[in-house]
Amino acid sequence: MKIKPGQDSPLAVAAFASPAVALFLLFVALPLLLAAGATLTNHRLMSPEPTRYVGLDNYRRLLALDMALVPPLRDARGAALRDEEGVRYPTWRQVRTLHPTLGTYREAFHLDLPAALGGSRVVLAASDPLFYRSLINTFLFALLVLPLQSGVALGLAVLVNQKVRGRILFRTVYFAPVVTSMVVASIVWSFMLNTDRGMLNELLRGLLHDPNAGPDWLGDSHYALPAIALMSAWQGAGFQMLVFLAGLQSISPELYEAATLMGANAWQRFVHVTLPGLRNTIVFVLVSTTLLAFGLFTQVDVMTSGGPLDSTSTVVYHAVRTGFREQDVGYGSTITLVFFVIVLALSCLQRMLVSKGEKS
Amino acid sequence: MTSIWRRRLRDTALFVAMSALGVVFVVPLLFMVVSSFKDDAAIFANLDSWSAYLPSAGWSMRNYAAVFDKSDLPSFLLNSTLIAALVVCGGVLVNSMLAFTIARMRWRGRSLVLALVVAMVIVPFEVIAIPLLSLVAQLPWPSFEHGRLVLHTGWFNSLHVQVIPFLANAFCVFLFYQFFRDIPPELDEAAKMDGAGPWTIYARIIMPNSGPVIATAAIVLFISAWNQYLWPIMVIQGEAFRPVQPGIQQFFGRTNSWGQIMAYATVITLPVLAVFLAFQRQFVASVAGTGVKG
Repeated sequence: MKIKPGQDSPLAVAAFASPAVALFLLFVALPLLLAAGATLTNHRLMSPEPTRYVGLDNYRRLLALDMALVPPLRDARGAALRDEEGVRYPTWRQVRTLHPTLGTYREAFHLDLPAALGGSRVVLAASDPLFYRSLINTFLFALLVLPLQSGVALGLAVLVNQKVRGRILFRTVYFAPVVTSMVVASIVWSFMLNTDRGMLNELLRGLLHDPNAGPDWLGDSHYALPAIALMSAWQGAGFQMLVFLAGLQSISPELYEAATLMGANAWQRFVHVTLPGLRNTIVFVLVSTTLLAFGLFTQVDVMTSGGPLDSTSTVVYHAVRTGFREQDVGYGSTITLVFFVIVLALSCLQRMLVSKGEKS
Repeated sequence: MTSIWRRRLRDTALFVAMSALGVVFVVPLLFMVVSSFKDDAAIFANLDSWSAYLPSAGWSMRNYAAVFDKSDLPSFLLNSTLIAALVVCGGVLVNSMLAFTIARMRWRGRSLVLALVVAMVIVPFEVIAIPLLSLVAQLPWPSFEHGRLVLHTGWFNSLHVQVIPFLANAFCVFLFYQFFRDIPPELDEAAKMDGAGPWTIYARIIMPNSGPVIATAAIVLFISAWNQYLWPIMVIQGEAFRPVQPGIQQFFGRTNSWGQIMAYATVITLPVLAVFLAFQRQFVASVAGTGVKG
């Protein structure tokens, strides 16, 4: 190979680049390639049986989904039977005998149509309902944590950006939870979220003057995921605050002066100067928070172990449960790869949004 | 006169708002530290009042003594310190070297390598974890037994399995690249005239002028190494090589004493907090920089 004038010798470049490049190839690229291969096998971590090629079985097991329309149980006159919980439907066992195509699928989730639409129950059944449950939980968590964490972070950044005494101290205080490990944060919050003695419920009881106020945060399937989202936003908001702060400081002060001269009040300046000026920063924060939210694992593992009733099981938690705890590497890799595709799609969306913004 | 009053009023309102939010962010941590000095009866007795966040009667180091006495915390602390130190030293070296070739050397394909590094920043570790687990199960590791070199298969239950995969860090390469790119070229051109090779330029000119970014990369690497949880729970089975985060999780599952759990939590949080406070300025500056440019 000929070296063009002004170029460094390939040998020197290779000597400098090779340690990091080799490590990236070995510990990032190779695992991803191996994972793609493993999804086509029944490879297990420690198994006396030889690994076998199984084709797309893992993908089928993971993704297979079917839908059934289940009419309510009716009495002799054709009216839907009801009990104290509402309209009664046949059990899953009965449904399966009526719909033999469902095979060994189990119910993932259902939606009851209103009586006006026939009152039937739409049941989505999957061969791995826990995966779909985890996928939905992961999206729900992202939807909860994204506005909460980014909104709080933006508010903190705007506050810390004012010329007030003590702002450096406050910036440090808001950032302190980021330095705290997620495990420690989860343990401290498990205590704070305790039903009977936790601080959050003590506070609620005091505010509402009701000695019974306050839910069983981590023990109730409706509250566990929001509670984890609250705690995660507390832990992470300080980081996005710093990013927003830099964005705020890059907006030219002249823009604010011009807006003030035109008679804009503080809110109008925020909407018409600050938000447009933060456009790229906002996209960056939203996407990085989404990626973090999709990786949700530690909080769940420490605080709820995926429960109650699988309401906090997430995609990564499911991947670790199958790939590591059940040692089913082939299946765990399949979950991982599907997860990777989702993450990749999300970051491509970011690129599209950012480049669109630059054009306009 | 009125504008001064309006300004005072505004500043006071801002201060009150910032303090109120500060309370929200600091209360869990304050509670952790304060409770670590109380026995369990005092923690529960103080819960419904401000004294939960204040020293009270019976303030003692007993929880700390118990934690150091009955758990393996000292050896876990040693493991985490070793892992973090090795990741920081090795990571600063290999990542800055790669960034040096992209930012300061001229060769074909460096923009492609930069694009790949930027792409890797968004690959979360959770995606790599399971595949990496089955990879390290098959990797060989040399050891000397009876004076002979023996290759063992599998990296489980060791320190190196917690260090080597985390040395190359795309985010750190990017941090170094951004900083190196902005160092004036006159600095190394003069040295090149004198016949200095790339190693001299890297070691004598670039690195000595890169204090802030070295500090930032060191903090990023230190915090991520110290706070490792998912990886060690998969690759470390025994106590010998366990780091602190899985350590406290295990302690949390085994102990009923909240005072001791909080003492454990305080001990493993303080080193990170200290490192952060010591290098706060550089860290804040460069974390903020990545968001605006990236």
